[in-house]
Amino acid sequence: MNGSHATGSPYAPYTDDERTAMLESVGVDDVEELFDIPDDVRFDDAFGIDARSERETRRLVRSVLGRNDELTELLGRGHYGYYVPSLIDHLADRSEFLTSYTQYQPEVSQGFLQALFEYQSLLVELTGLEVANCSMYDAATALGEAATLAERVRSTSGHRILVPDLLLEGRRSTLENYVAGTDLKVETYPTDDANADLDALADAVDEDTVMVYAENPTVRGTIEERLAEIGDLAGEADALFVLGSDPVALSVLQRPGDVGVDVVIGDASVLGLPTSYGMGLGLFACREDYLRQVPGRLVGAGEDATDRRAYTLTLQTREQHIRRERATSNICTNQAWVALRTAMHAAYLGPDGMVDLANRGVTRADDLAERLDGIVGVTAPTHNRHHLREFVARVDQPARAVADDLEKRGFAIHVVGEHEIQVCVAGVPDERIDPFVDAFAEVAR
Amino acid sequence: MSRDESEPATDDQVRYDQARYVEDGQYEPLLSEKDRTRVEIGGDDSPLPDDLTRDSLELPALSEPELARHYTRLSQMIYGIDTGPYPLGSCTMKYNPKFTEDVAALPKAAVHPDRSERSTQGTLELMYRLQDYLGRIGGMDAVTLQPPAGAAGEFVGIRVAAAYHEHNGEGHRDEVIVPESAHGTNFATAALGGYDVVSLPSDDEGRVDLEALEAALSENTAALMLTNPNTLGLFERNITEIAEMVHDVGGLLYYDGANLNALLGRARPGDMGFDVMHYNVHKTFATPHGGGGPGAGPVGVVDELAPFLPAPRVREAGDDSSGSEPAYELFDPDHTIGKVHGYQGNWLVLVKTFAYIARLGDEGLLDASATAVLNANYLASRIEYDVPYEPFHHEFVASAGDQDAADVAKRMLDYGVHPPTTKWPEIVPEALMTEPTEVESKDTLDRLAAAFNAVAEEDDEILEAAPERTAARRIDQTAAARSPRLSWHALENDAS
Repeated sequence: MNGSHATGSPYAPYTDDERTAMLESVGVDDVEELFDIPDDVRFDDAFGIDARSERETRRLVRSVLGRNDELTELLGRGHYGYYVPSLIDHLADRSEFLTSYTQYQPEVSQGFLQALFEYQSLLVELTGLEVANCSMYDAATALGEAATLAERVRSTSGHRILVPDLLLEGRRSTLENYVAGTDLKVETYPTDDANADLDALADAVDEDTVMVYAENPTVRGTIEERLAEIGDLAGEADALFVLGSDPVALSVLQRPGDVGVDVVIGDASVLGLPTSYGMGLGLFACREDYLRQVPGRLVGAGEDATDRRAYTLTLQTREQHIRRERATSNICTNQAWVALRTAMHAAYLGPDGMVDLANRGVTRADDLAERLDGIVGVTAPTHNRHHLREFVARVDQPARAVADDLEKRGFAIHVVGEHEIQVCVAGVPDERIDPFVDAFAEVAR
Repeated sequence: MSRDESEPATDDQVRYDQARYVEDGQYEPLLSEKDRTRVEIGGDDSPLPDDLTRDSLELPALSEPELARHYTRLSQMIYGIDTGPYPLGSCTMKYNPKFTEDVAALPKAAVHPDRSERSTQGTLELMYRLQDYLGRIGGMDAVTLQPPAGAAGEFVGIRVAAAYHEHNGEGHRDEVIVPESAHGTNFATAALGGYDVVSLPSDDEGRVDLEALEAALSENTAALMLTNPNTLGLFERNITEIAEMVHDVGGLLYYDGANLNALLGRARPGDMGFDVMHYNVHKTFATPHGGGGPGAGPVGVVDELAPFLPAPRVREAGDDSSGSEPAYELFDPDHTIGKVHGYQGNWLVLVKTFAYIARLGDEGLLDASATAVLNANYLASRIEYDVPYEPFHHEFVASAGDQDAADVAKRMLDYGVHPPTTKWPEIVPEALMTEPTEVESKDTLDRLAAAFNAVAEEDDEILEAAPERTAARRIDQTAAARSPRLSWHALENDAS
């Protein structure tokens, strides 16, 4: 029989008798004798953290988080709050998924390996590239990994990484950190009406360029029209063409593999995770040519002793636990459980549902832009482009004031310029659109 | 096929049969083998012009009940902590309290990172309080929660060290020293940061060799990365001297928090002279490992390094007489290295971390370490394999001796237990790196020991044929790597 000790960890089960027997077996009288810590570094103080019952702890967290205001978020710019079906929570929360770790013993981990194999397959289908790993942390770190990959696979040395001037600060800054230990330098190329300025890009790309990065859709929600030309520019310079995107966008937009893209990165958790303060899932897919240089874990199909198909982590000699300082990345713990959720969500939607979700992102953004444009003092969308799920609008009033006033009315939007706001329809219930437009009309005039 | 080929050695052994589905000679089919539906894109149905869209998309189209069954079956083919003991050394596979899932799922936890500080005071407060908790536990002055995993925390540490040295006009420091027995991530992280890695041998007792350290240290040393207790479970007794030696040459001392579960409330990295450390919250603070992640790897530093931490951090807002100002705000440290994640890291994991620490408090955390160390020592006292290095703490490294440690691990699966980490650290031949954690009861440890001991008696033939009772039998990983098939597309190309 096990009981919980009155004053210890509620998750460390033993009785006093058992403890005594264990100490006896070890050969000490007191557990403290087992700590081989010199006196000069012993900690004799307390942390000063009170223990709580489970119920009290839940109440504490609920009360702290209760200080978050309840707002209808029309927010995107890299993090999206699509509705996540109940199926995903209930099945992903099964203990076996949640409480296992990296599949070092594939024979008892077939279920997770298969789910990750299916996740990789989903990305192969979406990107048109042959290889997808089973997760990086998020889009920003995946972009950093793409840059170091670009340096490794290029036959001659080069130094320049070209990124759009509108790149999200979080991605740009993370990329800078990833290349800080290399000779690579991050430079920007201009955008024209939110999309890549092809003329300027053509001037910028040279033989010292190892990577050209673009996004589709762009951070302002516009859809790139000249991806193949960007790919040609990169290809002529022997630079990798790296594209930022996500599973919803990839369901309908041009398939990266068809337009010269070498690596796709992005946040795959637009499917599978609710809004979670920026927690994500780094999508990383690339051409087969770079297989031996891919960062992160890969699941492959093989055979077991009965010659049946089985799955295992593979090509592990790329990884830190084997290759150490010559590994392709330092990543160990990744976002596997999020990848599981993403694969589940995609499976739930099916191809029709994925396409429909993306297409509704186009039509709902168009509709909302049209309605905002009808408000005096508002021009929407700012950019004369096709949009997916979000767009920028110009407001005559200071954008900050518009956003603050909307917040008081229960809505959150982005401020992206002195007179520019950005709104996103992903995950916003239809019935919240009318009240939003009404509120907007009140504050924008 | 018979599943009775080799019964466990004795009647009182646990016999384990993992769920296994076989259909038409194959295990559970892939989603793509259950259905493939191609959807054409473009034309009149599309809101976008055809030149902006792909031609088609081909994916499985299955009903919700079919998917529920698919994923339930997959889950049954996974061994987790809730299935049985999981003494995977260095990974601290603790029980993950269920209530933490509930608090992370609170609707008010679901906020967008671009929301105003004013409207996300709850999130900021939780982060602030967690920064404070972690600072106290590690003896550190300032904490960032941004790194999404341990290795990402290491990377922050290395980037902070680089920025610090650069700031002091010592950008020439280009070496990071790492003990040979360290986690692979230490080496890889230092290399990612652009450093030359200087590998440090252990002394005869399995600790840092001070003479070798003396020889390795120089004016080019940027940092020494150390795990304490080390991967053998041994406390680096000379830690104060090591810290002095590193600091004397102007280097920084980095603490890899993978083994912090050994020390809670008894010794703190900050008090040992470490300048910067990461916490593995999925280890020490029991957030779920999720089949590989997500975890989180917050980083703590001493005051001197705080200005270099990633941006933004959370602090209390200055007093404002109006009383209407937010109580917590984000700020960028003066000499910040910038960002290492697009936003604020793995937020939902941080919520679970906060809840775990708030639940256990001082008493619970102290007891967690005491019991983890007792459990490791008790288990070691009960197994027949030799444990060459001691006194160990929360984990020990046994040697499989004449047996192949990888085979031992495979056979242990048949006894319904997860095996230890194998063949590492290399200082112990045929290493079985074992960390039972505090969550196992004496009964479970006895059964775990029985599994070790049963396997120790078995001959190579049985070991090499193992496992037999798992969802799949022994998998040929070498062959799988020789011809990589990484998607259902690749399987079909292969077949055609």
